[in-house]
Amino acid sequence: MQTITYREALNQALSEELERDENVFLMGEEVAEYDGAYKVSKGLLEAFGDRRIVDSPISELGFAGLGVGAAMVGLRPVIEFMTFNFSILALDQVINSAAKMLYMSGGQIPMPMVFRGPTGAALQLSAQHSQACETWYVHAPGIKLVTPGTPADAKGLLKASIRDNDPVAFMEGELLYNVKGEVPDVEDGDFVIPLGKADVKREGSDVSIITHGKMVHVALQAAKKLEKDGIEAEVLDLRTLRPLDVDAILETVRKTNRAVYLEEGWPYAGIGSQIVATIQEEAFDALDAPILRVTQADVPMPYAKRLEQMAKPDADRVVRACNRVLYRNGTGS
Amino acid sequence: MPETETMSPEEEVAEADLDRFDKDQLLGFLREMLLYRRFEEKAEEAYAIGKIGGFCHLHIGQEAVALGIIGPLREDDYVITAYRDHTQALAKGVDAVGVMAELYGKDTGTSRGKGGSMHIFDAEKGFMGGHGIVGGQVPLAAGIGFAIRYREEDRVCVCFMGDAAVNQGAFHEALNMAAVWKLPVLFVVENNEYGMGTAFSRVSALPVVERAQGLGVPAHHVDGQDLLATWTLTESLVEKIRNGEGPQYLDARTYRFKGHSMSDPVSGTYRSKEEVESKVRERDPITILRNRLFEEGMLDEEGLKAMDTEVRKEVDEAAQAADDAPFPADEELYTHVYSEINEHGRLFFDGRDREDD
Ligand SMILES: Cc1ncc(C[n+]2csc(CCOP(=O)(O)OP(=O)(O)O)c2C)c(N)n1
Ligand SMILES: [Mg+2]
Repeated sequence: MQTITYREALNQALSEELERDENVFLMGEEVAEYDGAYKVSKGLLEAFGDRRIVDSPISELGFAGLGVGAAMVGLRPVIEFMTFNFSILALDQVINSAAKMLYMSGGQIPMPMVFRGPTGAALQLSAQHSQACETWYVHAPGIKLVTPGTPADAKGLLKASIRDNDPVAFMEGELLYNVKGEVPDVEDGDFVIPLGKADVKREGSDVSIITHGKMVHVALQAAKKLEKDGIEAEVLDLRTLRPLDVDAILETVRKTNRAVYLEEGWPYAGIGSQIVATIQEEAFDALDAPILRVTQADVPMPYAKRLEQMAKPDADRVVRACNRVLYRNGTGS
Repeated sequence: MPETETMSPEEEVAEADLDRFDKDQLLGFLREMLLYRRFEEKAEEAYAIGKIGGFCHLHIGQEAVALGIIGPLREDDYVITAYRDHTQALAKGVDAVGVMAELYGKDTGTSRGKGGSMHIFDAEKGFMGGHGIVGGQVPLAAGIGFAIRYREEDRVCVCFMGDAAVNQGAFHEALNMAAVWKLPVLFVVENNEYGMGTAFSRVSALPVVERAQGLGVPAHHVDGQDLLATWTLTESLVEKIRNGEGPQYLDARTYRFKGHSMSDPVSGTYRSKEEVESKVRERDPITILRNRLFEEGMLDEEGLKAMDTEVRKEVDEAAQAADDAPFPADEELYTHVYSEINEHGRLFFDGRDREDD
C-alpha cells in the first residue's frame, strides 16, 4: 500500500489511463501548462504532450460539447471543469447531448466520456462558488454519477469511469485534494473499483448514516462522537449515485432500522430525497423511525464565516439527527 | 490575427461553369433534388393523416444546400446538422426507407423509432445526427473535427445550422476553438432568413456572413439556390480544409418554401404570401437547375416526367415500407439509455421493474 493524497490518486488514475488507451485525452481550463487549477493534472502535459493534455478557452458549453463530439466518433474524452459550479453553463451539452445521444440514435452512438472536477463548498467562497451539483447530473437518465470520498476510491473509480462506455460525471471535492489515504501500490497491478458498489466505511448496529463524497468524513466524525455516547453508527458511502447500490442501502437499514442521509447539497429534490423514497418503498417495515436528512441550509451559500458554518452540514448536526431517529436526547457536541 | 484579406467574405462563384460536370452527373443532380422534394412532400402527406407526429420540419426550397454541400464530400466525411435533417440524411447516403420509417416511429427507422424527425442518425454513413437544440450541434462538430485531427485523418466534418444558431453562445465558443486549433470543419449556415417567425435582421446587428470573422474563421457566401455554384464553392472549401488550412464558414443563402414546422402556415404574420410566392417562382433550386438543363438540351419535358415518376415511385415505396414496418416492442423503452446494464447498482428509479403485474 502507498499512502498518497486524493489529488495524487486522481493524477495516477489519469496517468495510467492515458498510458493504457491512446483514445483518452484530457481537456479543460488550466489543465496543461498550469498543471490544473488544483494541480490534479500535474506533470501530465510533460508526460503526454499537448495533443492529449489540452488547455481550453473559458468556454464550458463549448468544450463540454467538443468532448461530446469527440466521443461520438470514438475518442474517450476526460473533460475537466475547474469546478462543477461552472459546469452549469455546460448543462445543455451534458443533458441534451451526452445523456441522450445513445437513446435518440437508437443505440448507434455511445458516449464514452467523463466530466470531472470538484463539487460542493470549499471555504468562504460564497454563493456562486460553493454548491453541490449532484442533483443536476443525477436527475437525467443516460448519465452516471460518481462521488469518491477517499484517495483509494478516487483512483479506482476514476479508472472505471474512464473505461465506462456511458457518460460519467465524476465529482471530486476541493477540500478533499489534500486528504491522505492508503491506495494499492502501482506495482500491484491495475486497481479499478467497479461503478455501482457502495462501501461500508464503518460498521455499526444502532443507526445508519448514509452519505456520499466529501461528507463521508463528516459522517465518520459524527460516528466517533456517537461512539462516546455508546451509539454504534454504521457509515455507508454510496460512492456512485447512479448506478446506485440499493442492495447495500437496504441491507444497512435492515440491520440498524434507523437511517440519516447526509449530503452537502440543498434538500429539495436532493440526493437524500431519492434515498428516502427508495427506502420507504422497499424497506418500510424495517424502519423504527422516520428517516432524517442533513443537508446544506436551504439558502445560497453565505460568505461570513459564522453564517457559512451554519449553512453547511456538520458532524454535530448529524449527531443530533441520529439521536432524533434513536429517540434520544443527545446534544451533539 | 490572420490578415483581413482571408477574413473578408469573398465574392463567390457567380455562375458556375456547366462544363465542370458531365451530362449524367447533371441529370443525377436533378434527380437527387427531385427525390428530396418528393420525399418531403410525402412526409407532409403522412403527417396530415397522422402517420407522422411531433415536430416535423421540411427542407423544401433548400434542397440545393443539402446536395451542393454534401455531394462533394467523401463517403468517410462526417455531416452533423440541426432538426431540419431529412434531406441532408438522404444526401449523405442514408437509406430513404430508414429515414421514412424513423418519421413513422417504426422499429426499422434509423434510430429504431426513438429519435423521430429531428434526430436522424446513421453512424455508419457518417451522418452524426439531427440535433434539436438550436446551435447545440456546433460544438459537437468541433469535437468531431478535434477527433479527426487527433487521429491525423484527412476527413472533414460539415456542420449545418440555421441562421438563428449564429446568435447562440455555443456557436461562438465552437468557432473560436475550431479556429485556434485549426479543426477540419466546414460550418454552413443555411440562411433562410428566418428563425421560426423572426427575421434574422430583426434580432441581429450584423449579417450572417460577418459573424465568423471576429472568431478567425474565413467566411464565404454563396447563392444556395444555385446547386452548381454551391457545389463548386464547397469543393474548394473542402479542399482547403483537407489541406490543413483549418475551418471555413459558409453563408448559404436559401429560402424555406413551407412553414417552419408542420404546425406553422407557409406565410402569415411574419412574412407575406407575396414574398413566399415570388421566391417559389424565381428561386426554386430545382427549377433553376432544370431550366439550365433544358437550355443545354440535356433534358426535355418528357425526360423530366420520367425522372419524376421514378423518384415518386421510390418515395412511395419508402412510405409503404415504413407503414408496413412494426412499431418498436414495449421492451425497447428501456434499451439504449445506458450501453450496458450495471451488475452492481440500479440505473432506473421509476420502480416499474418492481410493479405488480
Ligand atoms: C435553444 C433552443 N431555443 C429555441 C428552440 C425552438 N426553436 C426551434 S427551431 C427555432 C428557429 C431556428 O431557426 P434557424 O436556426 O434559422 O433554423 P431554421 O428553422 O430556419 O432551419 C426555434 C426558436 C430550440 N429548438 N432550441
Ligand atoms: Mg432559419
